[in-house]
Amino acid sequence: MRGHTKIWPVLLALLVALSLEVAPLPASVDILRPPWMALTLIFWSMRQPGRFGVGVAWTMGLVLDVLTGSVLGQHALMLALSTYLTITFYQRLRVFPIWQQTLAVTGIISLYTLIGFWIDGMTSDLDGGVLRLMPIVSVLIVWPPLYWISDRLITPLMRD
Amino acid sequence: MFLLGIVSILLMFLDHRENHLESVRHGLSVVVYPIRLAVDAPSRALSWGAESLSSRSRLLEENRRLREERLQFLARLQRMEALQAENGRLRALLDSAPRLADRVLVANILSVDLDPFQHRFVIDKGGSDDVYVGQAMLDAGGIVGQVTRVEPFTSEAILISDPGHATPVEVNRNGLRSIAVGVGDSSRVNLPFLPNNADIEVGDLLVSSGLGGAFPSGYPVARVVEVERIPGEPFANITAQPTGALNREREVLLVWNQPAVQQSDPAGELTEPGAEPPAAEPQVTGSADGGSQ
Repeated sequence: MRGHTKIWPVLLALLVALSLEVAPLPASVDILRPPWMALTLIFWSMRQPGRFGVGVAWTMGLVLDVLTGSVLGQHALMLALSTYLTITFYQRLRVFPIWQQTLAVTGIISLYTLIGFWIDGMTSDLDGGVLRLMPIVSVLIVWPPLYWISDRLITPLMRD
Repeated sequence: MFLLGIVSILLMFLDHRENHLESVRHGLSVVVYPIRLAVDAPSRALSWGAESLSSRSRLLEENRRLREERLQFLARLQRMEALQAENGRLRALLDSAPRLADRVLVANILSVDLDPFQHRFVIDKGGSDDVYVGQAMLDAGGIVGQVTRVEPFTSEAILISDPGHATPVEVNRNGLRSIAVGVGDSSRVNLPFLPNNADIEVGDLLVSSGLGGAFPSGYPVARVVEVERIPGEPFANITAQPTGALNREREVLLVWNQPAVQQSDPAGELTEPGAEPPAAEPQVTGSADGGSQ
């Protein structure tokens, strides 16, 4: 974690997250798509809070805005806020047992989704209603395996 | 964090209200382009594989079918030539400008999912192919949507079924004009501005009226599937099914409308595709109806 660690696993993870955000899914599963980018950023800012700041999250948010065609700044704000919360609580998040950690991450993602909901409501015709909150449910399911796999995968990678 | 929050809110305001950030978006879209291509690659490879692995008999069958279709279309085209000449003569008699032939270009839809609650998608033609905002898109069945944002190599488009989109249409049978509004379901659109006594029936074909200047006139848009007249309500509840394959198509046709019409008609410059037509059209519908009474 300290000193000189490799950057490419981080970049790769971000690229994969960006692709997953727009990867084609059947319409019935599409509303359940977890916010991959937010999860990735939460994971990394939890691991390396000093290096992984709000600035990186904000920049990735801008890229995501262009990629998904939302209002410029929407995802930037959402991601910056969720990363900020993670960095504030990272010491507690890291030692939580997995179920507690999942709940905490779900809390952060709820805020993320609700802000997105708000901004969408202000800038466009809203459609979907409560279904828009489905990503929160999918985070509950996705986070434990995602964390487990990334942890096993990335720890040896980063150690060199 | 506070600073970034304020900056993002400022950005959103500038982008949404003022459209000042096109250059920023253009720059970033070049960065994003490879990601879009990469995401699109698997489905492209799959369709390519299906094509190259399909059996000889199936290809022959398809070839035979296409040949038959081509013959039919050619026969229809012969009649069309004569009709076009006649139309030209009649228009000359009426002293109205002849219609220009529409220029078209085939664009591929990238299989990139945007917001699941909006009917938008990305096509692989952009500013480098002279695509412009508000450009109409067709498929084999009729109008499917229009371009909402042009980037250097790709463009974003909105389907006519998006809840924020309205298409100026007229009933092909009698020329009754109205607006087809998307409802967020790709199998239907609504016609909310027709009064109960309007002359419209199930099965009527709705074609684009060309009002507003965004869509070329005379292309099929939808077919009426349900007309519900509630006696107490001022407007009938009319549902139509789009004739184009809105959610199944991989390719769309981009149409260049006559530029002269575009410039003379300020309503053609749609910045917010859904916002303007409904405001302008109900009066037209009302007057058309008043005339028929």
